[in-house]
Amino acid sequence: MSADFDTPHWDTDVLVIGGGLAGTWAAIAAAREGARVILADKGYCGTSGVTATAGPGHWWVAPEHREAAVADRQKRSLGLGDPDWMARILDLTWTSLPQLARHYAFSTDEQGRVQYRGLRGPEYMRAMRAFALEAGATILDHHPALELLTDADGVVTGAAGVALRGERPWTIRAGAVVLATGGCAFASRLLGAATNTGDGLLMGAEAGADLSGMEFTNYYTPMQAGTNMARSMSFAFARWFDEADDELDIPAGPDVSPHLARALLKGRLYCRLDRIPQDIREVMPQVQPNFVRPFARMGVDAYAERFEVTLVSEGTVRGIGGLRVTDTLCQTAAPGLFAAGDAASRELVTGAISGGGAVNSSWALSSGQWAGQGAAAFARGRAAKAGERLRHIGQAGLRPTSRSAGVDLLAAVQVVRHEMGAYDRNIFRTGAGLEASGERLDDAWREIAAHAGGWGRGLLRAREAAALVAAARWSKASALQRRESRGMHRREDASGLDPRLASRQRSHGLDRVVTRFEAISLENASLEAVA
Amino acid sequence: MIEVVIDDRCGGCGACVDVCPSDVLARGPGGKAVIARQADCQTCYLCELYCPEDALFVWPETDRVAGVTAQQALATGDVGGFRRDSGWDEHAATHTNQHWRMGAIFERARLMAIDAADTARTEDGRTS
Repeated sequence: MSADFDTPHWDTDVLVIGGGLAGTWAAIAAAREGARVILADKGYCGTSGVTATAGPGHWWVAPEHREAAVADRQKRSLGLGDPDWMARILDLTWTSLPQLARHYAFSTDEQGRVQYRGLRGPEYMRAMRAFALEAGATILDHHPALELLTDADGVVTGAAGVALRGERPWTIRAGAVVLATGGCAFASRLLGAATNTGDGLLMGAEAGADLSGMEFTNYYTPMQAGTNMARSMSFAFARWFDEADDELDIPAGPDVSPHLARALLKGRLYCRLDRIPQDIREVMPQVQPNFVRPFARMGVDAYAERFEVTLVSEGTVRGIGGLRVTDTLCQTAAPGLFAAGDAASRELVTGAISGGGAVNSSWALSSGQWAGQGAAAFARGRAAKAGERLRHIGQAGLRPTSRSAGVDLLAAVQVVRHEMGAYDRNIFRTGAGLEASGERLDDAWREIAAHAGGWGRGLLRAREAAALVAAARWSKASALQRRESRGMHRREDASGLDPRLASRQRSHGLDRVVTRFEAISLENASLEAVA
Repeated sequence: MIEVVIDDRCGGCGACVDVCPSDVLARGPGGKAVIARQADCQTCYLCELYCPEDALFVWPETDRVAGVTAQQALATGDVGGFRRDSGWDEHAATHTNQHWRMGAIFERARLMAIDAADTARTEDGRTS
């Protein structure tokens, strides 16, 4: 990606990388601050990312109930949450969603009350695209970013990537950059997450940002085997059966997945949705139009027949980890670089348990707006240095350290899919298993860093493989060091909470991965001592 | 995975080519959509939603090419079903967006689970 006179080049105040829920809100917020904004999406802003295929509720709580909601959430965060951040996203969610009314046709209930809490994904993201364009953002679709640019002082000053149409490189100089690249699904084939390969985590780490909460990467969702339809609502009514059609004693609730995983380690698993009441069956196609498609097309009567199910790993999408934000406007440890949505660690608002769709969506729309405001302010404060030479800082997958040679990228991706997906490796964790996974991932990393590169789409694939492997390595290293079970992180060789580990864990490093726990707050330590 | 573009329905508007988040589709000769990078398809069905002619068909299996033909797709009766149930375009009046009921549906499931657990406990009490 050396400088090339043919390379399209743009200048802007704020560059937002990623056009999902967080990225579009970041673009809108930055534009409202008067910044010139470019939003570059790997796919298409409006269909990219996990919101577009879903239908998130939000953490939508009336002001008089917020104190109780925060107290409850803080208790369940197992020492890793921050009530101030929880209160902030509740406030901002409440004032933000009604602003979408020009672009999203909110429903009203039987009493005529407008229903703001949940939005259906395709319509939501179509609305967010229109909202971002109305705010004045320029959107570049099918423009994946491959690396960040910095100035001579190491301040992030833009990005470079490839335009998929014509496979031409591009560069954008920006006063500040927002990474809203989504979570990392570790190539699990999770619905909507094909492009969520952790690119932003790798780009951020190369610029000097660190991560937090990367051990919390093992939230799994059931779906019809062979498909990707991980919509959880109907499964809340499910009954579960083994191959002999004996019903399994698995209580309904939010923690059903480890039970299902144990059953799947023994054999095939089946589901019946025959408890779903008739009135819900009738309305289902208009509640979740995508959920009913596999059944309709494959000729399965989902409400009468049993069907086979498996679990899909949601990685950091409904897990937690990501780039650590260091201030209230979501700046990372790298100056000029901001993070939002699933690309940023959500521990502040979820702690050690999943935020599900609701807290996660509220985090995305809130952190997006803060990152956009922060980036706009940062860009305003920078003196323009015209003609300054920018550094291209991307490494693994872009600039091999030794001779460029053929690397089996699909095999590297398969290593990630297996080490981060297999139930006995990622749900039920052990120190020995995590070490073995880490070694396999280290091998994949060395191979990619030494030899992977390419051109056009090939370069994007090499870079995605590097990002997937990097994110998996941070996750395994963090899980290894957290020698306890806390929230979704479950160590078979260390059950229960260890009060000495009631703090967030940071990770960083590329060739060598380093993790460390933050200082424990006395409050958390004493809470656990009495628990 | 996207399996087929029903050629005689495709009007060549290019919407599916633009909106595909994985850049699977391209414009072929005459401007009609063609499947250019099938293996990259993530089975999100969103191309179908944006196709006003219902010319695209996604098969639910994610890991393999099933080889569905246009005739087989039409025989499922669900070509265009996603766009219809979503109430897009001409279906807006007949298929309204009921997504807002999701919270109440989850609540029903939660209450049914509590009921079932109570019943199980009562039965245990009788048998012991």
